[in-house]
Amino acid sequence: MATTAAKPLLAVEGVSVFYDKFRAIDHVDIAVGSGEIVSIIGANGAGKSTLLKAIIGQADRVEGTISYDGNNIVDRSTEAIVASGIMLVPEGRRLFPSLTVEENLRLGRDVGRKGEIGFADVWRLFPILQERRRQKAGSLSGGQQQMVALGRALLANPRILLCDEISLGLAPLVVNELYTLIPQIKNRGIGILIVEQDIERSLTVADRFYCLLEGKVSLAGRPAEVSRDLVMKHYFGL
Amino acid sequence: MVAVWANQLLQGVMLGGLYTLFAIGLSLTAGVMRFVNIAHGDFIVMICYALLLLTSLLGINPVLATLIVLPFAFLVGFVLQRFLLQRVVGENVLLVILVTFALSIIIENGLLEGFGADPQKISGGWMETATVALGHGINVGLFQIVTFVAAVVLVAGLDLLLYRTGIGAKIRAVSDDVNAANLIGLSSVRIYAVAMGITFVTIAIAAGFVSIWTNFDPAAGPIRLLIAFEVIVMGGLGSLWGSLAGGIVLGVAQAIGGQFDIAWQIMAGHIVFLIVLALRPQGLFPKY
Repeated sequence: MATTAAKPLLAVEGVSVFYDKFRAIDHVDIAVGSGEIVSIIGANGAGKSTLLKAIIGQADRVEGTISYDGNNIVDRSTEAIVASGIMLVPEGRRLFPSLTVEENLRLGRDVGRKGEIGFADVWRLFPILQERRRQKAGSLSGGQQQMVALGRALLANPRILLCDEISLGLAPLVVNELYTLIPQIKNRGIGILIVEQDIERSLTVADRFYCLLEGKVSLAGRPAEVSRDLVMKHYFGL
Repeated sequence: MVAVWANQLLQGVMLGGLYTLFAIGLSLTAGVMRFVNIAHGDFIVMICYALLLLTSLLGINPVLATLIVLPFAFLVGFVLQRFLLQRVVGENVLLVILVTFALSIIIENGLLEGFGADPQKISGGWMETATVALGHGINVGLFQIVTFVAAVVLVAGLDLLLYRTGIGAKIRAVSDDVNAANLIGLSSVRIYAVAMGITFVTIAIAAGFVSIWTNFDPAAGPIRLLIAFEVIVMGGLGSLWGSLAGGIVLGVAQAIGGQFDIAWQIMAGHIVFLIVLALRPQGLFPKY
């Protein structure tokens, strides 16, 4: 690993993403290392979710390089990307409502990388899910569904976890609970990329952050070293 | 008189088994991939001809011939979905209908070119002629019983496959939300192809039974499709056990109608279908 030590596990380099002619992401550089929490903040339409889609192989047209573990993965299928250790917790959770909790979780294990995280770990993190494992995922509350989505992603044994708006539509208490887990996941050596509307929460948990404005990185740094005023300025582009 | 009606009723139930075999593949396609394969009946007939070749040219026993055909049927379904139908699913419902309609025309004319228009039939030998006497003048053909049992076993088997296995969970996941499946790295393209392969295995099984049950000719596909359609709509789209119920309702309706007047046999089935559609448009065992 000495040769790649200088390079972070995931490096988005000069990436542009297009919807037809429209450039949704414009020459963006972002890096996520092992065991690092990186936040991407930005207003609606700044390109946050698009960036995650590009990383996971679901964007139509991507220019530039996305290097993961030393390989360019831009042209790889989502299947191959997930199997190699990058997993997405999609916006809106996107569970399979007619499948049971356990079946949903098992899909994560099936599509993912071989590794040490197993059902026991998920049951430990979310005891309620073990109780409800035979219940249809569609019958759970929003918070419990988000737990399944997170559990499903963890069972894929990711080295990089992409979290797209995991607090969306959930009660603040539930969100607090979920966010206390993020550092635990980080401590397993997993690199976490968080996209979140809630700037405060997102900056509190992150080691580093990037602010996106109209598809470009307008500000980057460590949350402690940057004033909130400066963040807001680059957030809205004032 | 009672025996006559009891016989007809029983015949109808057995016929329902055959209709269930026609329908089950269509039910899978409609339930999982959310499209209708207009060439469904033509594929049944196409495999009937494949079985005819194996049994008449090579002299293979029809049961064995059907077993031989099963893996090839899976392959045909897989390839058809992966390289042709996959290009049009999800885009526009009309496109899938047009493509499968074209396949229907190609198959019918291809079979006509290759085999001529004469009706064909595969001989089931002793299986076909053996009858089981149930007493009180009620008799059922052994082959009819076997067909019905096969339908029940196939429904039960597919139910197990879909609800008790890993591949079944993946198929249901893709059926639930194809985009979500793609987002988490569950390749819907491959799952669809496997589902179509399974569909074609059921088509081959249906062909194995219908090729002995009755005559077939190159133009016999559309009526099989129509029956399969009525069965899955009556049963409830996507419901496997519903297909069995729908098949039995249709078979019994035809048998009873035929008992009044043979000319009314087919019509009675359509009328019962329309009545069910009017009273219970979601089907007998709705899944969605």
